[in-house]
Amino acid sequence: MTTTLSDGRTVGQPPNERFPVRLPDRPTPVLDVRGYSFWYGLTQALFDVRVAIPRRAVTALIGPSGCGKSTFLRSVNRLNELIPHTRHSGDILLEGVSVFSKGTDPVALRREVGMVFQQPNPFPKTIFDNVAYGPRLNGLAPKRDIPERVEHALRQAALWDEVKDRLQTPGTGLSGGQQQRLCIARALANEPEVLLMDEPCSALDPGATQRIEELLVELKRSYSIVIVTHNMQQASRASDFTGFFYLGRLMEFGPTKQLFTRPADERTEAYITGRFG
Amino acid sequence: MNARRLRRRLVNGTMTALVGALSFVAVLALVLILGHLVAKGASSLDWNFFTKNPVPTGETGGGVAHAIVGSGIIVGLAALIGLPIGIGTGLYLAEYGSGRLGWVVRFVADVLNGTPSIVVGIFVWTWLVRPMGHFSAFAGSVALAILMVPMIARTTEELVRLVPHSLREAALALGYPRWRTSLRIVARTALAGILTGCLVAVARIAGETAPLLFTALGNVNFNTHIGEPMEALSLQIFQYATGPFDEWHRLAWASALVLMGLVLVLAILARWVLRSRHGAAR
Repeated sequence: MTTTLSDGRTVGQPPNERFPVRLPDRPTPVLDVRGYSFWYGLTQALFDVRVAIPRRAVTALIGPSGCGKSTFLRSVNRLNELIPHTRHSGDILLEGVSVFSKGTDPVALRREVGMVFQQPNPFPKTIFDNVAYGPRLNGLAPKRDIPERVEHALRQAALWDEVKDRLQTPGTGLSGGQQQRLCIARALANEPEVLLMDEPCSALDPGATQRIEELLVELKRSYSIVIVTHNMQQASRASDFTGFFYLGRLMEFGPTKQLFTRPADERTEAYITGRFG
Repeated sequence: MNARRLRRRLVNGTMTALVGALSFVAVLALVLILGHLVAKGASSLDWNFFTKNPVPTGETGGGVAHAIVGSGIIVGLAALIGLPIGIGTGLYLAEYGSGRLGWVVRFVADVLNGTPSIVVGIFVWTWLVRPMGHFSAFAGSVALAILMVPMIARTTEELVRLVPHSLREAALALGYPRWRTSLRIVARTALAGILTGCLVAVARIAGETAPLLFTALGNVNFNTHIGEPMEALSLQIFQYATGPFDEWHRLAWASALVLMGLVLVLAILARWVLRSRHGAAR
């Protein structure tokens, strides 16, 4: 089975474990969502979502609670599948390969798609082990390279200087903001293609939030980031592209500046100006 | 207004005193038992008691070393059989037991939990002792293991369910297969609690007598062979306490004290494990 990329080339089905299709930097989308719908039992949560998520950029998803942002995010790494009685239609392509295709193992997929959750959720382990868990499990690096990899991930997450002297202390002993950066480091240690962030700052104070936002700017050089946020300022500050979800539909998608200054849809305008939501 | 406040305070005071008195009664039972055991048994506890085997009736100075060692072997073997099965069942129930099979397993575990231990003894006698042709410590261990499994399974299940869902998702999102998430993240996080549950279960079965009557039977000699009848502290107490000799009664009291002490130590150990583990995690 082969897949046609949007630039006309075709690539074969990758082997189970990794996605070897790493294209050079070019304006192909990292995620290509094609008419994706999702159901929890009989309730439809997403309706025919079509969007191309740009590579090496921060994409913010905004919208009122329950509009399907998180459901969408958790569809990309197929975490939704673990909930019984759910189904989907349509397709999501990661690097041109369907995440739902038979050859795609969800476990392998999740190594390519990092996720950071709303509540910081470090494992009850040492800081070092928290970050080392992914690479160790996935056999990404020989054992002797793990410390280097952990340091790299912690530096990327701007946490290294704060924890380098206490790597062997429990990760749960850090402050909330530090814990969240630890979770980001944990996700980055897998070197994912895409980093999904589900309201990563909603449990953090303004200072910690600012640090994460600064981090996003750094990270988008190497990663493609999709961030769900309830904070309009955060979306306008930290993202390059924004999508507005409403009642399970992606109402509008475009460059952040454009969406916030000249929204095409009146509901987008109503939401970003705070008239509902 | 004042009358109402007075009434509230009165009711409050009465209820507090009532539940206080009830808990006092509960604690009193334990204190009385322990006190009685110490009063009756402590004087017989000496070096001989722990190191010597019984002497022929009429002589004095024997011990119950064979029963102490026997209890250790029977309970240890029971734990060896029962713990993996119980913990595995508990993990299954918590992680995958939402379907019909899970319901059945849970129901069976609950029924088994409430089954009188003597019934389990008869069951093992029918299926193990009779085919083998003789009583054995192994059969005793199996009977005790059967009693442990549902206890441990249900405790493990409850504790694993307490592990926050977000931790599970974090591991899955990192690319952990589901079984590995269950074992490495979920079970490890609940480990202290599971360990405590196991210690409590071991303490519970250490004092069981009825299932051993039909299985391990008892033995007046020192025996470490699990294929043969073996003495246990609880059997020893039963035999000595119902016997006609003062010397036996004396040893029965002392054995009861040792058994009680063992259970107490296990309970304290369980508490300690729970606290130190949780303390470290925070």
